[in-house]
Amino acid sequence: MEQSATEITFHHHTDEKAFKRNVIRTTVILSVITVIELAIGLIIYTMHKGDNPNTYLVLAFKGLVCILTLAKAYYIVSVFMHLGDEIRNMIMTIVVPLMLFIWFIIAFIVDGNSYKNLRNNYDRHFHDTTMPKEHHNAAEHAPETEAPQPGKQ
Amino acid sequence: MATTATAQTKWWSGGKSPFNIEYGKLMMWYFLMSDAFTFGAFLISYGSIRFSQNFWPDPNVVFNAFPGAGHANLPLAFVSVMTFILIISSVTMVLAVHAGHNGNKKEVVKWLAWTIVGGFAFLGCQAWEWHHLITGEHATLIDGQIQMVGQTTRVNPWGALVHGPELTAALQNSTQHTLATLVSEHSTAYTHDQLMGMPKQQLLGLINEAEVHVREKGPVAFGGYFYGITGFHGFHVFSGVIINIVMLAMAQNDVFEKRGHYLMIEKAGLYWHFVDLVWVFVFLCFYLI
Repeated sequence: MEQSATEITFHHHTDEKAFKRNVIRTTVILSVITVIELAIGLIIYTMHKGDNPNTYLVLAFKGLVCILTLAKAYYIVSVFMHLGDEIRNMIMTIVVPLMLFIWFIIAFIVDGNSYKNLRNNYDRHFHDTTMPKEHHNAAEHAPETEAPQPGKQ
Repeated sequence: MATTATAQTKWWSGGKSPFNIEYGKLMMWYFLMSDAFTFGAFLISYGSIRFSQNFWPDPNVVFNAFPGAGHANLPLAFVSVMTFILIISSVTMVLAVHAGHNGNKKEVVKWLAWTIVGGFAFLGCQAWEWHHLITGEHATLIDGQIQMVGQTTRVNPWGALVHGPELTAALQNSTQHTLATLVSEHSTAYTHDQLMGMPKQQLLGLINEAEVHVREKGPVAFGGYFYGITGFHGFHVFSGVIINIVMLAMAQNDVFEKRGHYLMIEKAGLYWHFVDLVWVFVFLCFYLI
């Protein structure tokens, strides 16, 4: 027995078997992606523990995790929230405004990065107190680090 | 509503729902879209600040505890439990919505109840994690001496590790109490009272500099963003649980049976899936990268 409100003029018919199969399939996909993400997280952790982590490889793994997350989001929205079953125009009213995120993410991350570079160039104190020691050129900054002001670390 | 619409057949000429979707459900979608922008703005702000720092704590160092596992180093373990709880509770919600489509009250009640259990389990996990982070005692180099601090919005104890002469000097400057705490973390040979009564030089002799993990202060923004965003998400989970409890009570009392449809469960379901969706991104931004 299908039940619905008056606004709805036609129904998407799915039989019980197809529904079950779809839910199980999506659950398995989400779980497998999550396990892969966790494995990549542990790989990144092991790389960080090493002496000289390859920053580009770490970045590539992080990018991969971002893509996997987007895949998870797609499955949750399209299958669990049934957005995939709606009419195309309705999907577009949700998805098109979300395109704003493309600009939003790029602009603000580039801005943060630029602020860091400007501060490292023009604010010596910020550079010396926050730059991790591994990347420190010890000889270059030796005079400043040798004589710390009392009460300052 | 339906009575006025019979004459008009074209979707965009009024009278019919242009998207063949219930009004309330459409509005729930638009609310969720706006909520996505709120969460997105928070996460992007976090990303912007993180990119403006030379150093950011490694999440695997911060989130490595598991209830009942003491000081064992288990990165990602607990958060994966939380993630799976939310995925499973999302699946039970799908089943509840589907049971509603079929007008099956018993199944609706059953799956809603499991979804609520999942929601409470997640909130419990988050409460434990916050408590552990706030009350944890981490040896941190502050103003030249070592202090034992937790992760709060005012201080971040996850900066770079302190080595060599800097560490020796920091140990010299630290209080008896801090040193006693450091010693008792690695050995149970003395009681805390015995350690407090010991001369400082003897106490320092008990500390193996290779063994103690003393860190500099990390970026302060870490705490605010972590508690702010996971707290905002936790608030969504909490309100989702409340909504689900209301749905459960309504289903149990035959409100939907009398109405003739279970469409309200569908809207509650959308909200609950959205909570899971947001967690996918919170998980990514705070725990994985």
